[in-house]
This record gives sequence, C-alpha cells and structure tokens, in this order.
Amino acid sequence: MQNSGIEVLFEGSNFERLLGGLLVTIEISFVSIVIGTVLGIVMGLLRTLNVKLLQALLRLYLEAFRIIPILVWLYVVHFSFTPLLNIDISGETTSILVFSLWGAAEIGDIVRGALQSMPKHQEESGAALGLSRVQLYRYILIPQAIRRMVPGAINLATRMIKTTSLVVLIGVIEVVKIGQQIIELGVIKAPTASFWVYGFIFILYFAVCFPLSRISRRVERRWQN
Amino acid sequence: MNLDWEFIAESLPLYGDAMWLTLKLAFWAILFSLVLGLIFSVILYYKVKGISFIIQAYIELSRNTPLLVQLFFLYYGLPKVGLRMSEVTCAIVGLTFLGGSYMTEAFRGGMEAVSRTQVESGLSIGLSRTQLARYVILPQAFAISIPSLGANVIFLLKETSIVGAIALMDLMNVAKDLIGMHYKTAESLLLLVAAYLILVLPLSVVLSWLERKVRYAEFGD
Repeated sequence: MQNSGIEVLFEGSNFERLLGGLLVTIEISFVSIVIGTVLGIVMGLLRTLNVKLLQALLRLYLEAFRIIPILVWLYVVHFSFTPLLNIDISGETTSILVFSLWGAAEIGDIVRGALQSMPKHQEESGAALGLSRVQLYRYILIPQAIRRMVPGAINLATRMIKTTSLVVLIGVIEVVKIGQQIIELGVIKAPTASFWVYGFIFILYFAVCFPLSRISRRVERRWQN
Repeated sequence: MNLDWEFIAESLPLYGDAMWLTLKLAFWAILFSLVLGLIFSVILYYKVKGISFIIQAYIELSRNTPLLVQLFFLYYGLPKVGLRMSEVTCAIVGLTFLGGSYMTEAFRGGMEAVSRTQVESGLSIGLSRTQLARYVILPQAFAISIPSLGANVIFLLKETSIVGAIALMDLMNVAKDLIGMHYKTAESLLLLVAAYLILVLPLSVVLSWLERKVRYAEFGD
C-alpha cells in the first residue's frame, strides 16, 4: 500500500466536507421520512375504508413504487419536469419529492397492515362500550397499531437513508460526490485515494444505518410479547 | 404530447440489449446469492463457532450500506490495492454481496419457523444432523421462505438499475445517453419505465401466485 493514501481523508477540510455531504443525504432522508409519514398515515387510514375505487387507486400507487426502481423514478422526475412543465427544480427538490412519495406508499402499507391485523374483538369491545368511530380510533386502534408500525417504519428509514445515496446520480452534491471531488483533486498526489475515500464513505453509511437497524430489531423483539 | 414513434422504434434495439444485460447480471447475482444464502443460513442455524460470527458481521455490513457505495468501492477502490475486476464481474460481485445477506436472512427465517416437533421427530427416528437438514428442515424451510425469497429476487432485479454507475450500458445509462444526445426525453423515459415493467411485473405476478400456492406446502403446528 502506498503511503499517500489514508492521509487524504484528513487533508485540509476533507474530513468535514465528507461529513457535510453525509448530512445532505441525511437531511433529504429526514425531510422525506417526515412528509412520507404524514401522507402515509392518511393513506393507510384511507386504505382501511371499504371504497373499491379508492382501494384500487392506492394499491396501484403502492405497486408503482414497488415495481419500478427508485432510480427510475428519480430519472423520470428529474428529466421530465423541466421540459414538460417548464419549471426548473433542483436535484434536492426532485429527491425529496420522489422519496416522500415512496415513503408515503410504504408507510401507508405499514399503517394499513397494522390496522387490519388488529384483533376484531378490540374494535367490537370498543363499540360495545359505546365509543364513537373517532373515539375508537383515537383510544383503541391507533395506540395499539403504533406498536406494530414502529419496527417497520424504522426499517423503512434505514432503507431510505441507503437509497438516498442514489441522488448523486441526478447531480446532488452529497457525500459520494464530495468523495469523487476529493479523489479527482488528489489524483496525482494520492493515487490510492479512491480506496480510502470510498472505504470511508462505506463506513459512514454503516455508522448511520447500523444503530437504526439495531433499534428496530430491539423494538420488534420487545413489543412482540 | 406527441411522441416520436420513429425514434422509439430506432432505440428499441438499444433497450433490448440493455434488458438482456440486466437479466444476465440479475440471473448470476440471484443464483450466487441463493447459494451463499443457503450455505450461510445452515452455518448460522447450527451455530458453527467462529464462522457464525464472521457471517453475522458480513450480514450487518451488507445490509447497512448502500449498493452504490459497495459498487464504487469494488470498482474504483479495490484496483488501488491490486484487485481489478471487469465491470460485469464487479456488478455481479456487488449484487451478490448485497443479495447474499438478504437471502441468508430469508432462509434462516424459514429454518427457524420449521416447527419444533418436526425437528424432534426427526431426531427421534435417529436422523443425523446432516440428514435432518437435508430431509426435514430444508425442504420445509424452503417452502416457508418462498415469499421472502421472492421479494429478494425482485429487490435484486430492481437494484441492477444502479450498475450504470460503474460504466455498464444498462437501461439507466441507455436512457440517459439518449436524453443527452437527442433530447427525446419523454420517449426515452417511457421506454425506460416500460422496460422495467416488462422485467419486473411478470415476476411479481408469478411470485404472488406462487406464494398462494406454497401455503399448502406448510406442515406442522
């Protein structure tokens, strides 16, 4: 291994810049998760209603995100907005839009699954007590459903953080892009830089996602009983 | 919106080639992932000392990092320490690295779901550990894990959309090139979406059908 490799990570402000890039990724994921959760809860509730047409539409929406890769969605939105609608939107906005819509679809399905997996007698007991529909949801169904939703939602969050790495491919300046800039700048001075820089980004993602998946597993185990 | 059908007809062969590449990559990656997953899950099931820990570490590493970064590390990083692979090899290795852990978890979930009585019955008629795995646990575990294995197959097929990042002429790259060269954005994107629908949709339909079928194959409990 040549000597001028790992140092590249600590030269100048490289280290901070890479962390800053990671922050962009996390920001996009965070905003998308928040928007997606709000939209997803509404969608999940709508999917428990017995309206055929609405069911079909929401199902189609979910399947569209399950079948077509997210990168394709990013391309479609990124390349078609400007020519079709004649508005210029940034890569970040595109990403947040796509990830929010994806998140909404998945959270919607988690919420629906949780609500529908609730034992029927819970609802019936509530009704027997004379609770109204709203009270039933507010005091009985939703609090129990949340327990079943949290592990899945955290899992989705790690998947989203990992998937946001793709936004570099539509020109967002995030951690991978900054890594590439560092490698290009040091191409003569530090020929082995790409090994260290990509290795470091690898570790950065792991450091963010691993705790989350640990928490999800722990919550799942504890709340199962 | 007026679509340029001539342009669409002309670009079809390009998309055809790219779909073929995607299928080839996905085929090998899925095959290797399944083999890896099967071996690893058996090792984890029997809690083989030492190796189990390494496999566990691999699973965490693979599941908690994005494929894009894994590919970049394999393709741009490793040659610097003397390990050079072609784009295709790199893509297959990367996808297998990712898929292997998902398949391991799917198989292991299935093995652990095989009911206790099945294992005990097997032991009581004097089966060895290998026989137990071969004749009792694995066939049932396989049936139980079909839904998650299927989900992983679709997941891997979709993840191939990322290999364009290491200079492979996949569907994403073809679409991007066509947009860049001819400004036929709508046509190129339409073909791109259509290509993935053709690839993934039939598989997803078949798998959900298969899922309903194998429910009959579950025993015990």
